[in-house]
Amino acid sequence: MHTPNIPLAKVATGIFKARTGIVGLDDLTGGGLPGGRPTLVCGAAGCGKTLLAVTFLYNGAAKFGEPGVFMTFEERPDDLVKNVASLNYDLDRLIKEDKLAIDHVRVERSEIEETGEYDLEALFIRLGYAIDRIGAKRVVLDTIEALFSGLSNQAILRAELRRLFEWLKDKGVTAIITGERGEGQLTRHGLEEYVSDCVILLDHRVHDHITTRRLRVVKYRGTAHGTNEYPFLIDETGLSVMPVTSAGLDHVASDERISSGIADLDAMLEGRGYFRGSSVLVSGMAGSGKSSIAAQFADAACRNGERCIYFALEESPAQIIRNMRSIGLDLQQWVDKGALRFAAHRPSLFGLETHLATMHRDVAQFKPAAVVIDPLSSLLHAGDRHDAQAMILRLVDFLKSMEITTVFTSLTHGNIETAITDMQVSSLMDAWLLLYNRESNGEHNRQLYLIKSRGMAHSNQVREFVMRREGMFLQDVYVGPEGVLTGSARVAQEARERGRAMQEKHENERRNLDFARRRRKIAAQIEELQAQLADDERELSALTSEAGARDTQAADERARMGESRRVAAPAAKK
Amino acid sequence: MIAAQAQEKGYNLRLYVAGQTPKSMAAIANIQTLCEQYLPGRYTIDIIDLMKDPALAQRHQIVAIPTLIRELPEPIRRIIGDLSNTQRVLMGLDLDEPGRFV
Repeated sequence: MHTPNIPLAKVATGIFKARTGIVGLDDLTGGGLPGGRPTLVCGAAGCGKTLLAVTFLYNGAAKFGEPGVFMTFEERPDDLVKNVASLNYDLDRLIKEDKLAIDHVRVERSEIEETGEYDLEALFIRLGYAIDRIGAKRVVLDTIEALFSGLSNQAILRAELRRLFEWLKDKGVTAIITGERGEGQLTRHGLEEYVSDCVILLDHRVHDHITTRRLRVVKYRGTAHGTNEYPFLIDETGLSVMPVTSAGLDHVASDERISSGIADLDAMLEGRGYFRGSSVLVSGMAGSGKSSIAAQFADAACRNGERCIYFALEESPAQIIRNMRSIGLDLQQWVDKGALRFAAHRPSLFGLETHLATMHRDVAQFKPAAVVIDPLSSLLHAGDRHDAQAMILRLVDFLKSMEITTVFTSLTHGNIETAITDMQVSSLMDAWLLLYNRESNGEHNRQLYLIKSRGMAHSNQVREFVMRREGMFLQDVYVGPEGVLTGSARVAQEARERGRAMQEKHENERRNLDFARRRRKIAAQIEELQAQLADDERELSALTSEAGARDTQAADERARMGESRRVAAPAAKK
Repeated sequence: MIAAQAQEKGYNLRLYVAGQTPKSMAAIANIQTLCEQYLPGRYTIDIIDLMKDPALAQRHQIVAIPTLIRELPEPIRRIIGDLSNTQRVLMGLDLDEPGRFV
């Protein structure tokens, strides 16, 4: 039934999978829909059932060599072809090449009189004929529930549907059966009763006037599947699902570094910049230079021959490019070269999950090495706080798993302390730069502080952060008895320091001269004293030799005297 | 007036079946009996076996088996089932008005 060249991945459980080719869906189902079996896709009107089904068939026919039959009970084939033409699905071509067959089954109750026993054998014949004609491996029935409104004998219909799904299994085709969402059950007419292998639920929820599409695999017999609700997107590139929670804490940690684009900032990061694949948070108040730091990073990545996506959530790309020219950055050149892509969306345009799903898709397509999200904080307002954090966690995990270095900017209000508690996402970040404006002497000056940078011996210094036409620079702030000084106060203080240094220098020179003079004087004195000492020594030695001569003479005299006394002395003893 | 026109035009009927199933056989027998009784000499019936010509199922929008289609007189009418309920078949073919036919 399944030839080896068709993309049915055999998994450990022995279930064949038919790839849908839909970004994300194949991941969360472990390879695709159950091969050779029917899958029920249900959801309310307008939630994307038909598009999912068409995509499944289109990808099968165009990419995986599996022709398909689309049996539509509602939309006319012309409308169907037109509707998906905007997604570049050229169904007409596939039909001409006999890779796709569309059959419109029209059942109008008002035109039909029912009398006596009947069955739906003709439907089987139609479907069987179409399948055999093009060698179809995939079938879509969209939506077969229309039969319930067209035919009145429910007992026959149910029996025939049961037979139809069994027949599809016997045929060995992978089928999608769509069904309208019903009250208290998955489908209005209980189709889930017949299709038991795989059930996918699509949802379209409105929260705060913003809709988010979600997909959930309710059931997948024999496969461990993701059970969460996953946001999915429908846009000009088709349908994509974001299997975000699949990302875990198993991403690799690279030792490689990537420049922040600011030499002085790199210097604070052991002279080498951020770790590749790390998440960097740049938070600060309005106008503190967050976007500029992010843009520098993007520029540096492009300069290194890497790709970068800049998600602009507050400013238009044109505005960012213009603004960055004022600090000497030409981002337009990278856009022209295809290294930099801007993706600009208003946060309020769609829900948080949709935003993140869009990012997920863009990243998967463009495969950048660097990503900028400017600002992350505006996403926090697109959903409720709890959701927002969970989604950002998933985004961070996803980007890390792709080894993408990401700079998130975040707008903070008030003082630094609230900035820290406000951004509860900071614990997810590997590096955190805090920017703030200090007001003193009637001016605001930017300061930068590296709160953390995991895994490196980073600088702990507060720096003054200066933006000029030539770029961005970090300068040591003046820290002294007069406090932390920045801006013109620092410049003035530095001038004072310089004056003081000059004065000190002169003083030193004077002292040096003085000392030299004193030294010379002392040296002269020493010389004089030494001359005196030499005189004294000479005198002393003269006196010494005189005294020696005198001693010798005295001894001689004593000897002679002794000799003369020895004659008399023994007699006296006797 | 309408009855008169219908009488003039005659009836073109097509019956779709799938193989020799009891339902199909019953439908064939039922429509032949009915036509002989109500439309003697002014009807034609094509019996189409979709098992032999499956492409026609799509072309002629057939879903249920058996399906009887009244091609003429217009408008086209569809009757599904084994045609065992004569009254309903007559209703479906617009032949149910008593006194319309002599």
